[in-house]
Amino acid sequence: MSRSTAKLTESVTTLFRKRRLDEEALEELEETLIAADLGVAASRRIVEGFRKTRFGKEVTDEEVKGALADAIAEILSPVAQPMPLDPGHAPHVVLVVGVNGTGKTTTIAKLGQQYRDQGLSCAFVAGDTFRAAAVEQLQIWGDRTGCRVHAPAKEGADAAGLAFDALKAAREDGTQVLLVDTAGRLHNKSALMEELRKVVRVIRRVDETAPHSVLLVLDATTGQNAIQQCKVFGEMVNVTGLAVTKLDGSAKGGVVVALAQEFGLPVHFVGVGEKAGDLRPFEARDFARGLMGLD
Amino acid sequence: MFEALSSKLNGVFDRLRRRGALSETDVQEALREVRVALLEADVALPVVKDLTARVRERAVGQEVLKSVSPAQQVIKIVNDALVEALGGGEGDTGARGLDLNAPAPVPVLMVGLQGSGKTTTSGKIALRLKTREKKKVLLASLDVHRPAAQLQLETLAKQVGVTSLPIVAGQTPLQIAERAMDVARRELYDVVVLDTAGRLAIDEALMAEVAQVKAFARPHETLLVVDAMTGQDAVNTARAFQEKVGVTGIVMTRIDGDARGGAALSMRAVTGAPIKLLGAGEKLDALEDFHPDRIAGRILGMGDIVSLVERA
Ligand SMILES: Nc1nc2c(ncn2[C@@H]2O[C@H](COP(=O)(O)OP(=O)(O)OP(=O)(O)O)[C@@H](O)[C@H]2O)c(=O)[nH]1
Ligand SMILES: Nc1nc2c(ncn2[C@@H]2O[C@H](COP(=O)(O)OP(=O)(O)OP(=O)(O)O)[C@@H](O)[C@H]2O)c(=O)[nH]1
Ligand SMILES: [Mg+2]
Ligand SMILES: [Mg+2]
Repeated sequence: MSRSTAKLTESVTTLFRKRRLDEEALEELEETLIAADLGVAASRRIVEGFRKTRFGKEVTDEEVKGALADAIAEILSPVAQPMPLDPGHAPHVVLVVGVNGTGKTTTIAKLGQQYRDQGLSCAFVAGDTFRAAAVEQLQIWGDRTGCRVHAPAKEGADAAGLAFDALKAAREDGTQVLLVDTAGRLHNKSALMEELRKVVRVIRRVDETAPHSVLLVLDATTGQNAIQQCKVFGEMVNVTGLAVTKLDGSAKGGVVVALAQEFGLPVHFVGVGEKAGDLRPFEARDFARGLMGLD
Repeated sequence: MFEALSSKLNGVFDRLRRRGALSETDVQEALREVRVALLEADVALPVVKDLTARVRERAVGQEVLKSVSPAQQVIKIVNDALVEALGGGEGDTGARGLDLNAPAPVPVLMVGLQGSGKTTTSGKIALRLKTREKKKVLLASLDVHRPAAQLQLETLAKQVGVTSLPIVAGQTPLQIAERAMDVARRELYDVVVLDTAGRLAIDEALMAEVAQVKAFARPHETLLVVDAMTGQDAVNTARAFQEKVGVTGIVMTRIDGDARGGAALSMRAVTGAPIKLLGAGEKLDALEDFHPDRIAGRILGMGDIVSLVERA
C-alpha cells in the first residue's frame, strides 16, 4: 500500500471513529479553525458554542466536523447574497477596489463575461493608470469578453477624470453595466485612499446615486489583515460587498467568517481560477464545508 | 488590536512581576498570550507551537536580570527566539542581499503565487543591481498566462533602463528561458532575471512547468516571492515550492502595509531559506534589506520592552 493511500485510509478511519468530545478534542477543533485563518477570537467563539451543547458526548470526527460546518454556515448564510443589479440605473456603476494584486482586474473580466452571458451590455473603465501594463491587461480582457474598454488617452492620466468621461459616454451609448477598475492600494496609505474617494466624488457629479456597488476584492490567501482592509476600505469608500478570489488554491479564506461576524457585509462572489468563467456565487454551506476539509 | 494584545500580555506579566526566577507555570501562562499574539500576526500554527516549545524550554528556571521584571525577561526570550528563527543569531546584523557569486550570466528565477509581486520585484532587483553593483541585467518574462504580463515587465525594464528580452508570441516558458540565456551569453549580461507566471502550489502542471525551467536554467538564486499579508496557508505554499522547485531565498512584499508579517516566520521555518529582501512599495526603488530584529519586533509588537531589556 502506498504512503498516500495509507494516509488516506487512516484519516478516513479517524473520521468515523467515535471519541469523547473532551478538552483535547475541542482544542483540536479550535486549531483546525485557526489553521483555516478564522483567527483566534472567531475560532474560540465557535468552539465555545460547541462546548456548551456537546461537551462530553461521544461523536465521530465526521459528525463533529459536519456540525461545526453547519454552525459556520449559519454565520455565513446572512452574508451570502448575490450582487444586486438595478436595471433602473443606466448604467449600473460598479467600483472595484482592494489592495495590490488581489484580483480586481481579473474579477472585472469575470463579471463582464457573466453580464454579457446574461445579455447585458457591459463596459470597463481602465482606472488603474499607475501600474505597468494595467490598461493593456484590461484591454485584452475587454476583447475576450466583448466589453468596451474606456482607456486613458495617455499614461499616468487621472483616474477620476477617466471615470467621469467613461460614465458620461456610457450614459449616452446605453451601456447597462459599467465596471470601474482601480489601481491596487494599501488601505494604510491615506493619500492613495483619498484618491479613491476622489474617483467616487467625480463619478457622483455625473450620477449622484453612483457608484451603485462598491466591490472589495479580497485574496483568500490573506490572513488577519483582511479585517483591517475591510474596515478601512469600508470607511473610506462605503464598500457594499466582497469578492473572495483564489479559492482554487489551498488557502481556505477563513477570515471571511470573522469578517461576517464583525462587519456583516455581503459576500457576493468567489474566484476559482484565472479564466473569465471562473467566478461563482458565494455559497455559505460549500464554503463552510471547505473550511472544515469536507466536500 | 496591537495595543490590546500588548496590554493583555502586560497584564499576565504584571502578575509575574515580583517573583525572582521563572517557574514553569509562570512561563506557561505567559506563553498562552504569546501564542495568541503570534497567531494574530499570521504565524502558522505549527510554527507557533514549535517556537513556544523552544521558548518554554529556554525560559523555565532562567535567572532574571536584577533591573528588569521576569515579565520583561520572558518577552526578551521570545523575541530572541523569533530573531533567531528569522535568520539572525548573536551579533547578526541580518543584512543579506542576493548571492550572485557564479559565472556570468547568473540566472535568478522568480517564483510564487498569483499576484504576490514577482514582476514588480524583478524590476526592483534590476534597478538595484544596475545602480548599486553596476551589473548588466536582462529581464525576461516567462509569463505566457496573465494578459499583458510580458508587456508589464517590458515597461518596468524601460523605467529602470535595462533591457528586456524581446517578446515573441507563441513561445513556451522553457523556450523563452532558453532564448534568454542564449542572448545573455552572447551579449555578455551579468545577470538574467527570469520572471514567471503566478501559480498555485497545488497546480501540478504549472509546478512541473517551472521545475522544468529551473532544471534547464539552473538559477543561482530561486526567489520565492510572498505577500506579507499571507495567512496560515504560508506553510503549504512554502512546502510545495520548496519540494517541487527548490528555493534559495524569500522576498517578502507589501511590508509597507500594516500586516504584522508572521508569514515570514512560517516561510523561513518551512523552507529553511533565508529571507533576502523586502518589498516596501509599488515604486521600483522600494526594495529593502531584511533585518530579522525589525521583523521580529513587528510580529511580536513589543519592541519597547525588548529594547528596555537590552539596555539593562
Ligand atoms: N488562481 C487564481 N488566480 C487568480 C484569481 N483571480 C485573480 N487571479 C490571478 O491573480 C493575479 C493578480 O490578478 P489581477 O486581476 O491582476 O489583480 P489586481 O487586483 O487587479 O492587481 P493590481 O491591479 O496590480 O492591484 C493574476 O495572475 C490573476 O490571474 C483566482 O480566483 N484564482
Ligand atoms: N504596496 C506594495 N505593492 C506592491 C509591492 N510589490 C508589488 N506590489 C504591487 O502588487 C501588485 C501585483 O504585483 P505584480 O508584480 O504584478 O505581481 P506578480 O506576482 O507578478 O503577479 P502575477 O504575475 O499575476 O502572479 C501590483 O499592483 C504591484 O504594484 C510592495 O512591496 N508594496
Ligand atoms: Mg489590476
Ligand atoms: Mg507577474
